[in-house]
Amino acid sequence: MIFTGIYENHIMKKEITQDKIRNFCIVAHIDHGKSTLADRMIEKTGLLTSREMQDQVLDNMDLERERGITIKSQAVRLVYTARDGEEYIFNLIDTPGHVDFNYEVSRSLAACDGAILVVDATQGIQAQTLANVYLALEHDLDVFPVINKIDLPSAEPEKVREEIEDVIGLDASEAPLISAKQGLGVEDVLEAVITNIPAPDGNADAPLKALIFDSLYDSYKGVIVFCRLRDGRLRRGMKVKMMATGAGAEVVEVGYFGPGQFIPCDELSAGMVGYFTASIKNIRDARVGDTVTESARPCEEALPGYKGAQPMVYCGLYPSETPRYPDLRDALEKLQLNDASLFFEPETSLALGFGFRCGFLGLLHMEVILERLEREYDLDLISTAPGVVYKVYKTDGTMMELTNPSNLPEPTAIDRMEEPIVNAEIMVTTEFIGPIMQLCQERRGRYISTDYIETTRAVLKYELPLNEIIYDFFDALKSRSRGYASFDYELKGYEESKLVKMDILVNKEPVDALSFIVHADGAYERGRKMCEKLKDEIPRQLFDVPIQAAVGGRVIARETVRQMRKDVLAKCYGGDISRKKKLLEKQKEGKKRMQTVGSVEIPKEAFMNVLKLDTQ
Amino acid sequence: MIPAAGAAGECTGGDCLPVHFYSSSRNTVTSVVGYVRKTRGRVLNYSENMQEFFQKDAGVRIYLHIPFCVRKCLYCDFLSMPQGEETRERYVNALLCEIMHQGDCPPGTPVETIFFGGGTPSILEERQLDAILDALHERFCVPRDAEISLEMNPGTADSEKLRAMREMGINRLSIGVQAMHDGELKLLGRIHTVEEAREAFQLARKAGFENINIDLMSALPGQTFRDWSDTLAEAVGWGPEHISAYSLIIEPGTPFSAMYESGDLPPVPEEETDRQMYRFTGEYLAGKGYRQYEISNYAKPGRACRHNTGYWTGQEYLGFGIGAASCAGGMRFSNTRDLQEYVRAMAIPDILAVRTDLHRLTEREKMEEFMFLGLRMTAGVSRTAFASRFGKQIEDVYGEVLQKQIRQGVIIPTEDGVRLTQRGVDVSNYVLADYLL
Repeated sequence: MIFTGIYENHIMKKEITQDKIRNFCIVAHIDHGKSTLADRMIEKTGLLTSREMQDQVLDNMDLERERGITIKSQAVRLVYTARDGEEYIFNLIDTPGHVDFNYEVSRSLAACDGAILVVDATQGIQAQTLANVYLALEHDLDVFPVINKIDLPSAEPEKVREEIEDVIGLDASEAPLISAKQGLGVEDVLEAVITNIPAPDGNADAPLKALIFDSLYDSYKGVIVFCRLRDGRLRRGMKVKMMATGAGAEVVEVGYFGPGQFIPCDELSAGMVGYFTASIKNIRDARVGDTVTESARPCEEALPGYKGAQPMVYCGLYPSETPRYPDLRDALEKLQLNDASLFFEPETSLALGFGFRCGFLGLLHMEVILERLEREYDLDLISTAPGVVYKVYKTDGTMMELTNPSNLPEPTAIDRMEEPIVNAEIMVTTEFIGPIMQLCQERRGRYISTDYIETTRAVLKYELPLNEIIYDFFDALKSRSRGYASFDYELKGYEESKLVKMDILVNKEPVDALSFIVHADGAYERGRKMCEKLKDEIPRQLFDVPIQAAVGGRVIARETVRQMRKDVLAKCYGGDISRKKKLLEKQKEGKKRMQTVGSVEIPKEAFMNVLKLDTQ
Repeated sequence: MIPAAGAAGECTGGDCLPVHFYSSSRNTVTSVVGYVRKTRGRVLNYSENMQEFFQKDAGVRIYLHIPFCVRKCLYCDFLSMPQGEETRERYVNALLCEIMHQGDCPPGTPVETIFFGGGTPSILEERQLDAILDALHERFCVPRDAEISLEMNPGTADSEKLRAMREMGINRLSIGVQAMHDGELKLLGRIHTVEEAREAFQLARKAGFENINIDLMSALPGQTFRDWSDTLAEAVGWGPEHISAYSLIIEPGTPFSAMYESGDLPPVPEEETDRQMYRFTGEYLAGKGYRQYEISNYAKPGRACRHNTGYWTGQEYLGFGIGAASCAGGMRFSNTRDLQEYVRAMAIPDILAVRTDLHRLTEREKMEEFMFLGLRMTAGVSRTAFASRFGKQIEDVYGEVLQKQIRQGVIIPTEDGVRLTQRGVDVSNYVLADYLL
């Protein structure tokens, strides 16, 4: 993190009045240009010169910049001198656009009074456009649209304008037409912020009432709490209290957000967005969604806050070398400091040894965490196939939440099982409705409706089991619609389902790390594909290795990895033993990349790759 | 790693020696002028180690690399190339230099075996071979019963040269016949026909060679099982004392490899066929009186190659010429593979300048080699020999691996140790890799 240093130049000398503050965020479907617009707004307000601008200054994790996505929401304060000559304070909060990070979007929205909706002039409304708008409206935010990418030849701004009005019901007649990439119309957006987004209300003289919308762990300062003040003032030396956890602390520093850095100031007051530090060592003491108040003069009731993140996807993570187990634990703990939605608990696998069962918001979240663990903490990991949380109602009347298929009780002890179902909205051009409906059908989808946005585009609504979409659904969607479909989902709830545990036996031994839960109707097909896939993944061994898929002890599919026939260096040339040894060393390296399960060597990637069962 | 310079030039007692230091980072040897006190620890004392090597009771085993051939075969990835007479002459002179200036060798050191390998050593003129042997005789004591082998391409033999070679003391010929079908020879890029090979063999017999090996290759592209059994029958019919039968490996970087990739080669036999050929070889040759003693080597009683057996049983040896590997005084090193560099260094002469990859074998490496080389021998490795060489039981080091591999059926216990099973031979790379610690 690069939040260091003091940034004195732009601290405003004048008293800031509440009506000159605007707290807002930008929401958009992925790749519609949200981060680019944020960059341009920062640039135009003069906080940084063009020369200092790095592309996407708000995305300060390497990974974000590489993948072009925004993972952790970031905030920045801009000083804008409007056309009317007045100076305004803009608190711009960047939000992630991917469906996995809805939770992060949600917490950002809680700190805002309004939102800019960016719509791509070439693509129009997409699934996440809708999802994010609804999310913003749920938070009582005023939303105004902006049509981006008008510089592209395929842009159809007028059509998109109509679409926004018809589909979302927002007045788009005044929507600025812009090209964030080229910096066109950005000033119109800045002006529109002043007119379309309300100034914060709240009483600066009332007792302190501030919402924690994010936090960050810094090894020098402790927890840095991001907050939005509803009422009152927050200043250095003040004794504050977190209303939910009851934790008390003395404020050491308050300030606001410069681009990529924290800028200390004397005081934050009602309507403002900023941060404070209070030597808080444990991030759990400053929980996101909690309300901060003054110990001596507490407010009467806490803000409603918002629901905590529920991990939706679980997988097992194991160090490929057992001695690195403590390193993995340390790394997970450190990541969790800045990512409250990451969950983990120790677990043991017969095949893989000691590791952790980890919970994530979604697949992308999981991939990001895995990549960070390997990159930033230099860990070599084996991850098991991801799964969802099942509810298992037992015959003894109790219910268990199952995150690891290996823990499924005996069939006789199970009364019934439930699986998570999501409401999915898929936006697609009409020519691909057929293939997409077929895909949803294959994934046990329940058809709800088709709504036509215009003659050529429709929103398909389906109820889908979460475990059918967590892995390769998105890829399948893209490939069957030639990239044109967009997709968003939210958890609907749990439903009873005919679920079974599939065990995979390698060389007649069940491998716990390969077990998974599957719907009974699709079990045969899945078992067959798993065996085929594993056959490709497992290299030939000294003996034939049978691979079997079994449900409840009954084998339903089988493949065999044929034994290695020949691997011999016929001529040991002259006295060149070193050369021979190099060859053997190479061989030994290959063996090291394998995990020995029973007497079979399985490549580490195989545990993850087995779920990549392309359906077409 | 170069020791503090202050130590140089202070020879005060009998424990001082001229020392050469090896820098593993730069992969070079530094000759230190003057005298340096003997240093304990990680400094490699080349001279001292070499003295140790020469003082051993066992005779010295010598390898000489002749990196020339008439034409490079399409499958060959050995250090060899066609060169003009002038280069060959310069190389032989350099080789003589290396032999003559091989320091630290007390006069009269006995020789056990000499092996001319290549390339095609038989490409050299008689006088050149004679000069090399003369040099060896001058520097060492070469007894009558020393094994002196020379690799010969059938396309380079004539009766006069053969007779001369026999007269100068060469007593074992290894003839690169490779195949018994002209089509196969052509495919391999060999310079001779089957008929020419047969003639060469007969000429060698006439010249008085009583110990002859024939090199053969199986699993050639397009070769059928029948083709191979015919090849073996033909070879046995000639009556050599020794047969080496290698299964062809298409090495990356060779023309064969490129042809294989582009589909310009007939299909190579399936692994199953390849293993059938291999198994048949052992059985067939055993029936004809050739006992297998190593993965690819078969010999009539008492005719196993003494020189090569030395490699597999951990005997030390000294290599001369470019690319030649040595194992001496507990060290391993190889000479540079660069002919120009070699010739330049020998003109000085600076023997140490051509040494590369010089390092002292650790106890661990010695054990690894003992195992992965020893197991190539049909007799396997001996528990007693392991214990006497390393002062610990084989099980203390390799207990787990041995148990696992016996269970896997790739090795089998013998009266005094273990050996590879037939299955173990088939997958020997996979098996032997387990002995690296």
